[in-house]
Amino acid sequence: MIREYFRVLMVDLSAGRSTITDIDGRNMVAGGSGLAALLFEKYGIPDKPWNEPGQPLIFAIGPLTGYFPLMSKTVCAFKSPYHDQFAESHAGGRSALSMRFADYDALVITGRAKSPSALIVGSRQIEIKDVHYLWGTDLYAAGKVLRRMLPGSGHRTILRIGPAGERQSPMACINADSYRHFGRLGGGAVMGSKNLKAIMIHGDSPFLLPEGKDYVKVFDKVYKDMTDTDMMSKYHNLGTPGNVRVMNDLKALPIRNLQATTDPATEGITGERFAEVALLRNAACAGCPVGCIHIGFVRERFREENRYIYRQISYDHELIFAVGSMLGVMDCFEVLKLIDVAEKMGLDVMSPGVALAWATEALAKGIITEKETLVPLAFGNAASYLTALQHMAYGTNEFYELLSQGTAKAAERYGGGDFACVLGQEMGGYATGETFFVSQALGLRHSHLDSGGYSYDQKPKGKNVEDAVKFMIKDEKGRVFLTSMVSCLFARGVYTDEVLGNCLKSVGYGTLADNMDTVAGEIQRLRWKLRVMTGYHPESVSIPKRFTEITTWKGQIDSVFLAALKDQYAMAIRGLAQPETAGSRAEK
Amino acid sequence: MKILTTPRMERCIGCHSCSLACARLVHKRLSWDTAGIRIRSSGGLSTGFEARLCMACDPAPCVMACPTGAYSQRKGGGVVVKKKLCIRCGACAKACPVDAIYLDTTGEPFVCIHCGRCVPYCPHDCLGHAEFSRGAATAGKEATDAGEVES
Repeated sequence: MIREYFRVLMVDLSAGRSTITDIDGRNMVAGGSGLAALLFEKYGIPDKPWNEPGQPLIFAIGPLTGYFPLMSKTVCAFKSPYHDQFAESHAGGRSALSMRFADYDALVITGRAKSPSALIVGSRQIEIKDVHYLWGTDLYAAGKVLRRMLPGSGHRTILRIGPAGERQSPMACINADSYRHFGRLGGGAVMGSKNLKAIMIHGDSPFLLPEGKDYVKVFDKVYKDMTDTDMMSKYHNLGTPGNVRVMNDLKALPIRNLQATTDPATEGITGERFAEVALLRNAACAGCPVGCIHIGFVRERFREENRYIYRQISYDHELIFAVGSMLGVMDCFEVLKLIDVAEKMGLDVMSPGVALAWATEALAKGIITEKETLVPLAFGNAASYLTALQHMAYGTNEFYELLSQGTAKAAERYGGGDFACVLGQEMGGYATGETFFVSQALGLRHSHLDSGGYSYDQKPKGKNVEDAVKFMIKDEKGRVFLTSMVSCLFARGVYTDEVLGNCLKSVGYGTLADNMDTVAGEIQRLRWKLRVMTGYHPESVSIPKRFTEITTWKGQIDSVFLAALKDQYAMAIRGLAQPETAGSRAEK
Repeated sequence: MKILTTPRMERCIGCHSCSLACARLVHKRLSWDTAGIRIRSSGGLSTGFEARLCMACDPAPCVMACPTGAYSQRKGGGVVVKKKLCIRCGACAKACPVDAIYLDTTGEPFVCIHCGRCVPYCPHDCLGHAEFSRGAATAGKEATDAGEVES
């Protein structure tokens, strides 16, 4: 629905009541990332911990969600159990279109339900249902029951948590429709803290099209660009796993806790290898004709006589890196098994993978013993990791409990911080160089998608601190506007400023289209303001020694450049977080 | 007359582009419900997707159930819809043996009119728009050419 305000559903789980509020600000913050930040500013409690029942869990979509292809993501914002600061996490699946057709621009959940509950939302339904019998179930078992309980197959989203979320682990994800995730920074724990096992949103309301003929024309042009040109082929061909070989060839693939950046053995886990032997089919987020979701299979023999079960598991570059190359597991079916168990537990795959890589090296170095790890962690030993992931989910002993709080926290207690591959949170799958390391370490989401640092590293540019900082700030601003629409970032090649402007105008958001750059800047500043307000000190972020010990295709990492870049970027972030004065506005 | 078919639904990725196209181009709405073709997952995402759409019955039970003539028999199967005559009684949806007719909250029915405008929006070529006759001929070359049978 096109409207100048935001229609927000507020649910108070403690009171068991809901209300619908109209909130102004479309032309200031657009939607998505901007709207989530606006709502966090309004409802978040900066000086109270993340699990305070009054803290909001926010889901927001954008002005173009559902109206154009690949406008198919939802932004989730919350105070993170990982660092107790403002955080954002994104997912697709059917979440965005379901919210669009349920006719809410955002959903804000506060309070804590008296018993484990499921929140059911539609355009004509709001219900908090007791599901105490699902508490303790893994993600797959919960999914099967929820699907049967709830209406709207195909036109709904089911967001749910597993045992890791129930236990409030900072590495717990919110699973969206089986194959997508609000993965990082512990959204699953926030749901757990609210006694919320699942959120079901039924998109059951149609809208009239925007007036005039422009919309259909602009849609067709965008759709053609998304599907007819080669621009998107890397996403639907091998998908993101195509990066494994590319990164390995560049000597930029983190391997065995970043002890290496290239290894011929990674041929066993390339996107090409997965496609050849393990790819079962593809799937798409609702509203996306590209269909980048790659689903592989594992089969397990469970009896001597030939009795098998099989499971379907989605895989991406980041997951393959985290529980594949990083753990020295170089067989694609072993990787899928590890992804599968993390999924089942409701863990984000990336953080525990990287954490276990650190634990493996720590064990080998004698910093910890098998008394802590319970299983003989060793690079390549997939069976050990299979068990260890479950220990991570359940926090079986003090060691795993601490490790699931974050590798840095475990290293603080046991030592070994030098080789903890942490860049704000456990690293992403790109060891491309200084700009990426700084970008993830300091970035708002600590994600490789905060800005294209990894791509800047790959351009033949000199080591110019000022230039690199400018790039990161500018690139972040562009991405923030896209994630306020809310576009999948894979579509950034198609959604240029001009195209986005045309899209916004064609549905009636002319004012927003005319002020995109200003609005993007406002959103960027608002997010940083919130992050700093909740306790972030960009200056105090450190980049562990391991990142300076590696060699990429460009040679040895330049520690001096890295340090200077980090300091300058921290200053730039600090600047963005300051309230803009009339003077600084006039200077522009 | 040509009808809309779904000969390659195994390829469906669940993007809903077909439903959205039908709603946008035929019914002038933004929706995945008010559309002649609707996609649902069959028993959870892990088993793939199925399409709900008119099977082009001839004679069509919905036509026989319609008390006002808003639905009349379409040559080649399916229905011709005259919205002006519809009193929103919902009899058509009740009569449909495959649940192909969607009633919105006002009781307005939405059904596939076999125009084929959704077909080009399917990225995996799941849909077909072809002459169709029930019986032996569908297994022959003609049907293969029309996209009804995998060659």
